[in-house]
Amino acid sequence: MTDSKYFTTNKKGEIFELKAELNNEKKEKRKEAVKKVIAAMTVGKDVSSLFPDVVNCMQTDNLELKKLVYLYLMNYAKSQPDMAIMAVNSFVKDCEDPNPLIRALAVRTMGCIRVDKITEYLCEPLRKCLKDEDPYVRKTAAVCVAKLHDINAQMVEDQGFLDSLRDLIADSNPMVVANAVAALSEISESHPNSNLLDLNPQNINKLLTALNECTEWGQIFILDCLSNYNPKDEREAQSICERVTPRLSHANSAVVLSAVKVLMKFLELLPKELDYYNTLLKKLSPPLVTLLSGEPEVQYVALRNINLIVQKRPEILKQEIKVFFVKYNDPIYVKLEKLDIMIRLASQANIAQVLAELKEYATEVDVDFVRKAVRAIGRCAIKVEQSAERCVSTLLDLIQTKVNYVVQEAIVVIRDIFRKYPNKYESIIATLCENLDSLDEPDARAAMIWIGQVPRSAQTIHSLGGVLFQVQLTLLTAIVKLFLKKPSETQELVQQVLSLATQDSDNPDLRDRGYIYWRLLSTDPVTAKEVVLSEKPLISEETDLIEPTLLDELICHIGSLASVYHKPPNAFVEGSHGIHRKHLPIQHGSIDTGESPVSAGPVVPIEQAQSVIPSQGDLLGDLLNLDLGPPVNVPQVSSMQMGAVDLLGGGLDSLVYLFSQVWLPAVKAKGLEISGTFSRRQGQMYMDMTFTNKALQHMTDFAIQFNKNSFGVIPTTPLPIHTPLMPSQSIEVSLPLNTIGPVMKMDPLNNLQVAVKNNIDVFYFSGLIPLNIFFVEDGKMERQVFLATWKDIPNENELQYQIKECHLNADTVSGKLQNDNIYTIAKRNVEGQDMLYQSLKLTNGIWILAELRIQPGNPNYTLSLKCRAPEVTQYVYQVYYSVLKN
Amino acid sequence: MQISRPRQPYSAVIVFLSLLISPLTLQVLICRNYKGDVDMAEIDHFLPLLMTQEEEGLTCPIMSHGNVHFLWIKHTNLYLVATTNKNSNASLVYAFLYKVVEVFTEYFTELEEESIQDNFVVVYELLDELMDFGFPQTTDSKILQEYITQEGTKLEVAKTKVPTTVTNAVSWRSEGIKYKKNEVFIDVIESINLLVNANGSVMSSDIVGTVKLKTMLSGMPELRLGLNDRALFALTGRDKGKTVTMEDVKFHQCVRLSRFESDRTISFIPPDGESELMSYRINTHVKPLIWIESVIEKFSHSRVEIMVKAKGQFKKQSVANNVEVRVPVPSDADSPKFKTSTGHAKYVPEKNLAVWTIKSFPGGKEFLMRASFGLPSVENDEMEGKPPITVNFEIPYFTVSGIQVRYMKIIEKSGYQALPWVRYITQSGDYQLRSNF
Repeated sequence: MTDSKYFTTNKKGEIFELKAELNNEKKEKRKEAVKKVIAAMTVGKDVSSLFPDVVNCMQTDNLELKKLVYLYLMNYAKSQPDMAIMAVNSFVKDCEDPNPLIRALAVRTMGCIRVDKITEYLCEPLRKCLKDEDPYVRKTAAVCVAKLHDINAQMVEDQGFLDSLRDLIADSNPMVVANAVAALSEISESHPNSNLLDLNPQNINKLLTALNECTEWGQIFILDCLSNYNPKDEREAQSICERVTPRLSHANSAVVLSAVKVLMKFLELLPKELDYYNTLLKKLSPPLVTLLSGEPEVQYVALRNINLIVQKRPEILKQEIKVFFVKYNDPIYVKLEKLDIMIRLASQANIAQVLAELKEYATEVDVDFVRKAVRAIGRCAIKVEQSAERCVSTLLDLIQTKVNYVVQEAIVVIRDIFRKYPNKYESIIATLCENLDSLDEPDARAAMIWIGQVPRSAQTIHSLGGVLFQVQLTLLTAIVKLFLKKPSETQELVQQVLSLATQDSDNPDLRDRGYIYWRLLSTDPVTAKEVVLSEKPLISEETDLIEPTLLDELICHIGSLASVYHKPPNAFVEGSHGIHRKHLPIQHGSIDTGESPVSAGPVVPIEQAQSVIPSQGDLLGDLLNLDLGPPVNVPQVSSMQMGAVDLLGGGLDSLVYLFSQVWLPAVKAKGLEISGTFSRRQGQMYMDMTFTNKALQHMTDFAIQFNKNSFGVIPTTPLPIHTPLMPSQSIEVSLPLNTIGPVMKMDPLNNLQVAVKNNIDVFYFSGLIPLNIFFVEDGKMERQVFLATWKDIPNENELQYQIKECHLNADTVSGKLQNDNIYTIAKRNVEGQDMLYQSLKLTNGIWILAELRIQPGNPNYTLSLKCRAPEVTQYVYQVYYSVLKN
Repeated sequence: MQISRPRQPYSAVIVFLSLLISPLTLQVLICRNYKGDVDMAEIDHFLPLLMTQEEEGLTCPIMSHGNVHFLWIKHTNLYLVATTNKNSNASLVYAFLYKVVEVFTEYFTELEEESIQDNFVVVYELLDELMDFGFPQTTDSKILQEYITQEGTKLEVAKTKVPTTVTNAVSWRSEGIKYKKNEVFIDVIESINLLVNANGSVMSSDIVGTVKLKTMLSGMPELRLGLNDRALFALTGRDKGKTVTMEDVKFHQCVRLSRFESDRTISFIPPDGESELMSYRINTHVKPLIWIESVIEKFSHSRVEIMVKAKGQFKKQSVANNVEVRVPVPSDADSPKFKTSTGHAKYVPEKNLAVWTIKSFPGGKEFLMRASFGLPSVENDEMEGKPPITVNFEIPYFTVSGIQVRYMKIIEKSGYQALPWVRYITQSGDYQLRSNF
């Protein structure tokens, strides 16, 4: 007879009958009755009214019956807290039972009864069970501490259970260790003490030993815990990695992925030139590939994680593209993920195979998959230049299939190819046009119009009002383009369209663009031509890259939901806002937050001229051999494409924010005092100086010369002081500068040594140039390029600084920084804090990428700077500091 | 950079879990709320979500509703769903769900609606033992069977003790096992995965091998398995004969992984009875064992002509058994006609397949099958995919990689002699050849 019979009783008065049976004298009858109650509970009937009767059955030596009663208690205790107290005595008694199974069962169940009153009684039995002689009871008790903490954290602390748990990490039984680790990790999630597990080298060693002996699940707990440890140096990191790598051979995919997480994190600490670094990289690839022979859900999780790993360390899987080829019977979610990874791994070496595959996929039936495959072909063309031609012809083949959505998708990607390789494939436009009529998706139509073929029939133009906004915008631009190229033929058309756009459209974007074109065309057709027919913006190679800091964070969450969603945990877990986000460990030797750069104190922009000339021989020689005549052969500085800024009005005047400093005191220069600042105005660098004559005789024949310096700064013109400087008279001069002079690295980098001559003598002084005068106006990087560059620059080049006590909001910050040509490329709001991604370029072409984190309510900003020449970052930080603190 | 506070994603796990949902009644069959932080009623959102996704043709094994996430797998006609509202360890959840299926299957032979209802008491007991507060515990069904039995009432006495195995370092084998005759059977099974392009070039091919044990040994024996592993021979320098390079190896919990990592020794105390000791993956390119050439011609509105040639590209002494070549045909095909040079072919309309079966296929031979189907004059305008031709086969006494068991050393303190038996078999895995139709 099976249990299913219990599900069949379903008469009126059932509860009543059950009540009677539960109070039957015969043990067997009672047990049957409890089973019926549980069956009723299982199918969702409310049997809570039987609470006292079921609890009465608790006193039994029948283990099965006891388990059923406990099950019932777990379900209903919360709704009947007062009644639940009735059960306490039995629990306490069971915790002392000679049978360890019963002791464990009691302590396990008590923890699941989330009733405050009961938890008070739980403490004593729990304390005993934590020291039980049987490991089965101890491991159950360890978990119970976590349960109790969830209900009443304070009590767990007061009762010293956390210490007991920590003691269990040294338990002789690996299963107990594993559960203690799991419980402590769980508790630390909501605990203010960050180092609850007390991860020190000794404990780490204990964990690594237990790792070899505990069950697969225990191994996962321990590995996940290890991944939170920050080894003190590369040697420790390596030795942990060596003991973790054997786990990559475990049959359980979750063990493998948790081991991968630890290794990926600790790789950050290993220097690339270390042999072991490369050994480890090689070891990571085979297990990742093997995960793809698992169940489809396991494959899915693996693929989402591989997607992250490929972005972080492309070298690991670059040889393995074939395993990502799609099988016909793969579930759709596996197919789409594989495709994504294929594109990331596509390179010149494998492009032929990849293209053949993509073409195959494009003929399948699953619309989403097919579209993605077509898009992928376009991405290959953009990524691997040598394959572009092949991709284009593949796309043309696909267009010939006349399958509507294939054609449309293909046209959209061909537009991107046109953008990447202008004037190369225009010959295919005719073929594309054949399909004009079949395009019914806004993206495809917009793309087609963008490509440059304007449908000229009046009918099409009139339908401007009827089509989607996206198409309208592109159509408008296309017609204006056409007009600029063939003004005589299309004048009528363009007028018609402009009036349609500005008068009949109720879409403000369209109207605005219409007005802009109109005004441009009517006031300055030449400029209009420059603006409208300017080169198509380049399209970057990598798309859908995850932002670097997010990527690093997600690497710390390998295997978890965050890694599957590609979102930080706080984006989808409630109540996790206060919790610190994970970071990859950073190699030692780089600067730690809040240390040296900050303690260096506020920046002193100009050094006093005390030790004017350093005693190094060659420097001295350079300056002494000065030919102090006006510099020759200095070309005129081009006006650096500042038109746009002019148009926006003179918002850039505020660039001078550094107060004038005395560079050369009168006492040191026979009565000549020079004070000044450096500034950048409208794309031009200046040295603004005030010369004061504090001597009793007049001064004439002024000249100035710079020593070689890090940025090649030299004066563009001779010093513009043409009249004699009378005693106690001052003159202000602005000396335009450029950076085409000889370069020599100075220390500090921004040091400038200057010699000034007059009729009396030659004087020397030195000043520190604030780096922002070198920030050029075209320092705004394209978003995609930024992502790729950030990823590309090695992590050891990233330096972090803190800017304390700053009370500006993100927009003000962006605005202020923009005045200094520090451009905000993207702004992201993560759990309430603003992340600004910024770029700037120096006159010598060095790019600096920045991430500025602003937390509401926290006046301390965190600034991360990445640059291929990390020695400049410190000076960039100084600029940030002075801009934001000013 | 600031050191982050330790946070355990897995611990958040499975807040409640393993409810088996039966699609027939659209009801929760059984459920267990392990942590109590997700409301049981949340499961009501699962099916609507799933159905929406299925309609869109974009299912995903992870779905969310509000801040509750559903991680699910499907087994026969049951859904096993884990729910969480934390950043749980997703790979752990799936590994666990599949483990649940494995344990229940071993307990009840079949995991299905009926077996759950018939055994709900044991199911509850098992769920209690498998996981505690979101942490998976004992999931070895052989060990569980020692203290959770299906005839609870009868075996009262036996259940008064926790098997020490549960918490032992050797958590997969109990003490005191006795056999009259000590033997161990080793099966080395290699599956060939193959993907061939429509133009006949091999896109990818690999071998996934498994070593399965049937252990009938007394006591606590120490076993050591020796394979002709190239890495091992490279370490010891004793290169004798053909060796095989294993790309990746995965082991059962019982194998000492750090030992393998350091000197490639496969040493272990085996679980009793049947188990999968290890699996490996080999990338070396092998000639496809059964090669298929096909010509499929579709004459719209009238007929489809199919010609398939199968060639055995393995040793003449070997024979492939139960060869099945499955050729896709259009869904609206009818009136099949077949001609084969050997074996027999049949039409399986519910799968849109023509299946050609050859009981015994000797190496080096070549066979032919012709088929023709009628097509309706009114064409099915629904787009059809291009499913590949798939092949199933089995070749005994042979591993395609050449892997061999060199020895199996069995040491038990009682000093008995035990015999290892080895059997080799090669079979088709995911064996797909794209057709040009």
